[in-house]
Amino acid sequence: MVEIFGIPSQALFGQLLLGLINGSFYALLSLGLAVIFGMLNIINFTHGAQYMMGAFTAYLLLLHVGLNYWVALVVAPILIGALGVLIERLFLQHIRKLDHLYGLILTFGLALIIEGLFRNYYGSTGLPYGIPEALQGGRNLGFMFLPNYRAWVIAFSVIVCFATWFAIERTRLGSYLRAATENPTLVRAFGINVPRMVTLTYGFGVGLAALAGVMAAPIYNVSPQMGSDLIIVVFAVVVIGGMGSILGAIVTGFALGIVEGLTKVFFPEASSTVIFVIMVVVLLIRPAGLFGRSA
Amino acid sequence: MERVDPQILQSRRASEWSFGIAFVVMATLLAVAPFVAYPVFVMQGLCFALFACAFNLLIGYAGLVSFGHALYFGWASYMSAYAAKVWALPPELAVLTGTATAAILGVIAGGLAIRRQGIYFAMITLALAQMMYFFALRAKFTGGEDGIQAVPRGRLFGYFDLAHDGTMYVFVVVVVLAAFLLIYRIINSPFGEVLKAIRENEQRAVSLGYKTERYKLVAFVLSATLAGLAGSLKALVFQLASLSDVHWTMSGDVVLMTLLGGLGTVFGPVVGAFCVIAMQNYLAPFGQWVLVIQGAIFVICVLVFRRGIVGEAANALRVRL
Repeated sequence: MVEIFGIPSQALFGQLLLGLINGSFYALLSLGLAVIFGMLNIINFTHGAQYMMGAFTAYLLLLHVGLNYWVALVVAPILIGALGVLIERLFLQHIRKLDHLYGLILTFGLALIIEGLFRNYYGSTGLPYGIPEALQGGRNLGFMFLPNYRAWVIAFSVIVCFATWFAIERTRLGSYLRAATENPTLVRAFGINVPRMVTLTYGFGVGLAALAGVMAAPIYNVSPQMGSDLIIVVFAVVVIGGMGSILGAIVTGFALGIVEGLTKVFFPEASSTVIFVIMVVVLLIRPAGLFGRSA
Repeated sequence: MERVDPQILQSRRASEWSFGIAFVVMATLLAVAPFVAYPVFVMQGLCFALFACAFNLLIGYAGLVSFGHALYFGWASYMSAYAAKVWALPPELAVLTGTATAAILGVIAGGLAIRRQGIYFAMITLALAQMMYFFALRAKFTGGEDGIQAVPRGRLFGYFDLAHDGTMYVFVVVVVLAAFLLIYRIINSPFGEVLKAIRENEQRAVSLGYKTERYKLVAFVLSATLAGLAGSLKALVFQLASLSDVHWTMSGDVVLMTLLGGLGTVFGPVVGAFCVIAMQNYLAPFGQWVLVIQGAIFVICVLVFRRGIVGEAANALRVRL
């Protein structure tokens, strides 16, 4: 067996793969947070609950309606995104002029409501969700075994992330969005419906979280609290990367996933805290974050 | 001679009066409470009231939103329980050990968190608290999932036996009221005025020559220390320190107590803490609905009830509470 730094290569690459998977979710979630923060100036604490609802949508569609993973991949983001639009219209639009703090507290409250409701009906134990048939099995790459589903998750999230980046940074719609982030009043004066854009942006960010949830369902068990612990790590990722840059959020997400995976190999005790430790180091060296503009 | 606007002087005197009356009412209620309600419940309420007051010092007066205050409360609770049980320290030293731990953690976490402003500040405090939650989960001395159980209350100053609930009650009331008065004193000191100035407009405070970072750090450490005092007391009252004290839900609870009672009011956190604790106790049989109801209170408070209970009352009575 081949060894690298005294670690069997199978174990090393296996953890790297797991790290990349986690990194995919960090990237998708922090991307959604960054997009929402850019337009709404709100840190969406409900993001974790919305990710969880995405996974549950996939689970319930299969259980009650018999619709498979591929349908869920399309339906869940639309459904949960629509729910996000509703949340924005009902609650968030009323607090736009208030201090940041209220947006954080309001979305935290919504997250508690959603998590509590799901715990009532589905308990706290994880519910299994099978890997779709087309992606079962895997292939031997010579140096490691690569399960097809995991390869798909990584590839698809990279595509989604860069499609989002492209849409925001390189298209006309994206340019309206960026302009409205800088100066909403002026953009409105040009006849663009900024409030509707804000609503749809929130729906889109939430949809990204739901999409991540569907992809996570076959890897982790589907459970009501799957989002709340993850969202805190994603907050740390966002602090490290800084929310000023879309590309920054993506790169930081993947990179931190890999670092976490490597930590699991070399120093397993620290694997649950390594991202927080990196956050501390970044705060000491570059307080504005790796990609952030200083405030 | 320095001239003070007579109107300001008058309003200050009026607010001192309203504070005095409200404080006497609170002290009287606390004197009667153990005969009406279950003393351990009142002690629990008092510990959380102090926790919420400490939190309010930061959010209500310095405008800093910490979403990780469970870190100081929980770790102080662990250290106080450990000192009382394993080192067999008397209760006064156990409480001091816990409080000192919280102060040290406050210096470290506060020093890191004030490097960023606004929304990032909240996220950093939350992430640091989560990191320390994982340490508590893994560390040997915290007892992992079991926590530190059967903590002896001991004899205060070698004389008062705290195992007796009545004696413990008097100890808790005295400490919490003293801390409460200290917080009132801090808020109304020149230091407190500078904090309020920073909350209203940090740029202007800087341009007036105040080293705002230093003020923010001191406020943060004070708040963490007092939260630690609350956690240490709580460990003795329940004779237990557990993971739930350091979990992020605890950080959420203290935000809820402060918001419900009234951000930036002196008595609000006390009222809020008793409301939330009573609700958690009475609704416990309904399981996860507590979470849903707490979430709903958050939403309602933010949308239509931002002054909180005491804030609304003070507004109706046209006084400052």
